[in-house]
Amino acid sequence: MAKAERSLDEAAHTGAFAFETTSDNALVMHLSGSWSLKGGLPSVADARERMASATRLSFDARELEAWDTSLLTFLVKFLDLCKTNRIAVDRSGLPSGLSRLLDLAEAVPERKGARKNKTSDRPVLERIGATTIATAGETLDTLAFLGELTKAFGRFFTLRARYRAWDLMLFIQECGAEALPIVTLISFLSGVILAFVGAVQLRLFGGQIYIADLVAIGMVREMGAIMTAVIMAGRTGAAFAAQLGTMKVTQEIDAFTAMGFPPMEFLVLPRIIALTAMMPLLCLYSDVVGILGGAAIGVGTLDISWASYYLETTRSIDLAYISVGVIKSVVYGVLIAFFSCLRGMQCGNSSSAVGDATTSAVVSSIVASVVANGILAVVFYVLWI
Amino acid sequence: MDKATHGNGARPHITVRDLTMAYGDFVVMRDLNFSINDGDVFIIMGGSGSGKSTLLRHLIGLEEPAKGEIFYGEKNFTQADDGERQKILRRVGVLFQSGALWSSMTLAENIGLLLEDYTDLDAEEIREVASLKLALVGLKGFEDYYPSEISGGMQKRAGLARAMALDPEVLFFDEPSSGLDPVSARLLDELILELRDSLGATVVVVTHEVASILAIGNNSIFLDEDTNAIIARGHPKEMLAHSTDPKVRAFLTRGEAESK
Repeated sequence: MAKAERSLDEAAHTGAFAFETTSDNALVMHLSGSWSLKGGLPSVADARERMASATRLSFDARELEAWDTSLLTFLVKFLDLCKTNRIAVDRSGLPSGLSRLLDLAEAVPERKGARKNKTSDRPVLERIGATTIATAGETLDTLAFLGELTKAFGRFFTLRARYRAWDLMLFIQECGAEALPIVTLISFLSGVILAFVGAVQLRLFGGQIYIADLVAIGMVREMGAIMTAVIMAGRTGAAFAAQLGTMKVTQEIDAFTAMGFPPMEFLVLPRIIALTAMMPLLCLYSDVVGILGGAAIGVGTLDISWASYYLETTRSIDLAYISVGVIKSVVYGVLIAFFSCLRGMQCGNSSSAVGDATTSAVVSSIVASVVANGILAVVFYVLWI
Repeated sequence: MDKATHGNGARPHITVRDLTMAYGDFVVMRDLNFSINDGDVFIIMGGSGSGKSTLLRHLIGLEEPAKGEIFYGEKNFTQADDGERQKILRRVGVLFQSGALWSSMTLAENIGLLLEDYTDLDAEEIREVASLKLALVGLKGFEDYYPSEISGGMQKRAGLARAMALDPEVLFFDEPSSGLDPVSARLLDELILELRDSLGATVVVVTHEVASILAIGNNSIFLDEDTNAIIARGHPKEMLAHSTDPKVRAFLTRGEAESK
């Protein structure tokens, strides 16, 4: 601040004000000492009483040594009080810099309706209503997105969709080949964990060989699909939401629309096709790697031969079990791609909104996958699969 | 609302009738009526937050009007179905404030995508046309650069090359000078006039740069956020000379003084 002669750290707060009544209800406010933010903001309440009978006010700042925003903030509040009490104010006694800043603070009056109500200040019923309206709006947006997507797929299946085949290839590579290392690691470890969990119990009954059944059925029916889904939600789903969200912020999506390219066909369709097509392949790959992980433990630590482990594995699973896992993975793929693209396209126009969209995409994808898993479990149970 | 004036007697290319723009219950502008004539360099001006860019988004179909209609020639753009809109937009080029180049494509691919989709040119011809368009904006040799590899000013020029890829009848510019140094901004102004003359395009510019407004505009409207309406219209220089509205005078005179 212009007149502050010492830095904030060094300045001792010695600022004070005092009133003097001159004549005819005229007040003089004497400002003195060094005003610093470090000493806090003085309350205008102390001045309120003295102003009750005043009609005019002036300032005397001859003993003011230094000032910063603390004095400015105090004076803005104090002058508001003067305005409320209809006291005529003469600012000529204030330092010119301070006076100019006060003018600046008052130059643009507060815009009507500009101030936001804090959510916590609103009545409970209003908050419930606002949340309901927001949820309904969100549901409508999701349905609109689903409708647009259905139209885009309609155009895709009738060979009328406009998208770049090169983009589709890139997304297939991104969702498929590039995901293999992480899928390998997680699936192998899943198989290892399943084998160890089973080994502790089955050893008690001398049934180590059944570890092969446990790992095979566990991986093929459940773990292969769900672990791949979690990996793809965190890896590819987050990337989709971030890519689309950033494109929204940088107006790239607007550019597509304004130039007559439907973003749903150009941006969303290839991503959904790529992820949905790659998920069953990744799931099958994950099943095999997981079984190998289990075999490594079974053969390496439980003295089961490779041949026995292989035979027990092939005996324990059949095509129906494998189909259950693959069907689940297709459903997870559709859900992850759908929610990731939805959150990306719904992204706001700021960088923090991209972060929110990415987080929301991952959370929505995983929650939707787990819910779908529950529903599918019931469906397959009813079908005796 | 008084009737729009057509100074040179030209045919209206874009006509806006009773347009109300709103986000939910928040009304940005109410009952706008104006026409943009063939060959105009039409300026949409006003203070920050007055709704200039929102109006541009309505003109190119990125936002739907709360009320009112927009016509391109005789065609009702607001009521048109997706196919009809795409036909209209094919004759329109837009330079967004940030350039909005597609980041996953090279500059040549950015331009080529439009040519690929809307013409029967083969890959080699598309490449040639893209190179020419880049040369027109001073970016010859940058065909294989990605947007992230060039400066902000160059991105803007590449955005302009993409906007004029299909020789549009109407070119929209959203704050073309923002983020550019004064020399580059004036060069872009000259380029806009050159394009208007050489392509015969109608140009619509959203800006608050008074130097640009006075240098290139021949018709304009002034949006006022307090009244949610157009408070002045006509040639910017005539507006500067004759407007009695204090807001318009303050906007143009202060800007003119700064540009000098």
